[in-house]
Amino acid sequence: MIDPAYKKKMVVVEGSYAVAHSAKICRPNVISAYPITPQTHIVEDLSQFIADGEIPNCEYINVEAEFSAISALIGASAVGARTYSATTSQGLLLMHEALFNTSGMRLPVIMTVANRAVGAPINIWNDHQDAIAQRDTGWIQLYVEDVQEASDTLPQLYKIAEDNEIMLPGMVCMDGFILSHVYEPVVLLEQELTDNFLPPFQPENILDPEDPKTFGAFATPDTYEEFRYLQEQAMQKALPKIEAVAKEFEEVFGRFHGGLIEGYMLDDAEVVVVSMGSVLGTVKDVVDEYRAKGEKIGVLKVRSFRPFPKKQVCEALKNAHAVVVLDKNISIGTNEGALFIETKSCLYNSKVRVPVIGYTLGHGGRDIRMESIEKVIEETKKVAKSGITVESQFLDLREELL
Amino acid sequence: MKEIRIHGRGGQGSVTAAELLSVAAFEDGKFSQAFPAFGVERRGAPVQAFTRISNNPIRLRSQIYTPDYVIVQDATLLETVDVASGIKDDGIIIVNTTETPESLKLNTKARVMTVDATKVAMDIIGVPIVNTVLLGAFAGATGEINVESIQHAIRARFPGRVGEKNANAIQKAYKLIRREEA
Repeated sequence: MIDPAYKKKMVVVEGSYAVAHSAKICRPNVISAYPITPQTHIVEDLSQFIADGEIPNCEYINVEAEFSAISALIGASAVGARTYSATTSQGLLLMHEALFNTSGMRLPVIMTVANRAVGAPINIWNDHQDAIAQRDTGWIQLYVEDVQEASDTLPQLYKIAEDNEIMLPGMVCMDGFILSHVYEPVVLLEQELTDNFLPPFQPENILDPEDPKTFGAFATPDTYEEFRYLQEQAMQKALPKIEAVAKEFEEVFGRFHGGLIEGYMLDDAEVVVVSMGSVLGTVKDVVDEYRAKGEKIGVLKVRSFRPFPKKQVCEALKNAHAVVVLDKNISIGTNEGALFIETKSCLYNSKVRVPVIGYTLGHGGRDIRMESIEKVIEETKKVAKSGITVESQFLDLREELL
Repeated sequence: MKEIRIHGRGGQGSVTAAELLSVAAFEDGKFSQAFPAFGVERRGAPVQAFTRISNNPIRLRSQIYTPDYVIVQDATLLETVDVASGIKDDGIIIVNTTETPESLKLNTKARVMTVDATKVAMDIIGVPIVNTVLLGAFAGATGEINVESIQHAIRARFPGRVGEKNANAIQKAYKLIRREEA
């Protein structure tokens, strides 16, 4: 049963509503959105809040395309506004060019991405391909496990991104449909606590006619490289900041979802399942079944994909006998998912020696059943015993369709 | 954990029913989760929605394959959809129909119960929308949720006369399936 004291604070709402509420509570000054599919209820709920006068000092800009949605926020952020948008799938892809601009101009624009597959073929369902395709744009990417975390991560990300040492844009990546359309009990973000936790946005540099400056101007080969270096430095500074802000959030709100990574039954685990997003819930249920039988299976949740916490991942996997990484995306041409590639990469030059295999799964909303996770764990147990036979493969392929 | 699958046709409010069920379960102090079988929904096409209810936080994100309970809003679905698919042997299937459970000839060991929810909806609400009515029948048949909690969820979602009529229809269906009323 739910603790009655805790229940009083909770309501059952749609995931998108909880996120929209959270965005509202973070006191944005400019929200932009392109309201035609692919979209979510997030911006729909926000436009309702605006119409009801519930977001003070905020402009809602209904734009004509996703490219404009991000462009509007670039301008707004440059003059010192706290900005927000939500998008998904092809909409995020259309933003791609301007995502680089946002990061290169060091503007802490924040978005929620309801992760969905990309076409062709046309598909509206969940996977992580849309956000993974933005991996190198210089945005912080935090992947969340449930609706509460999707809601709670927004103020955390504002605080991380707007830090004067960091000044990078960020996206909260939540599984489309699975989290955006689910109804479950959540604590909606509290205004008073959030005001204490998240200070107003006060950038050192803004566009101001009284004190003219240039953002995103021309950089020749003499200086361009240094801009890229400083972006990378900012990402590295975000690593400890993500951890610190998650702990600070816990102190204020009493809720913790992990910092850069979060282990579950990890300390003595011989087989470790590594993944991101809502599938972790299903994996944990399966791991509980194994633990009940006395089998040492654990879970490593990667919350921060960019910056990637190499040191923490190596440390978390150092005692494992075999590791399996689950990716809801694929880098076509490698037959591997992005998290699998990243995990192997950070282990290679470390002292940790552990076999790692990967599965790419859940493409275009293919449902991930507990039985499939059991199959993955059984295969990884074999790897622990006798080594790797297949390094990376698709899970739940329907051979009869090929 | 109890898992419920709702079968209906696009436009019959299956997703709303799943959502109201999750709100009612939460009223009862339980954790809950409701979601649709995401599809390209069209009015009239077969659709499914799911609810999970548990004393512990719900982490599982897959669809429901072995439900404890199944609710069927429209008996014509029985011709094309295997509504009994995967249901547990000690589960319950509730069908909106004028027929008897035996005459439906469902291939299942689960208990089949029927209720003429369309008549209840027409008599009390005045429209053939049976999603909320069937939640009353669900409360009566399974005892998983207090009927008052379902009524409370409906009144909160549809304030005023509409909510009140629905609450009355829920009470009627609750008693009908428990054979407390003819």
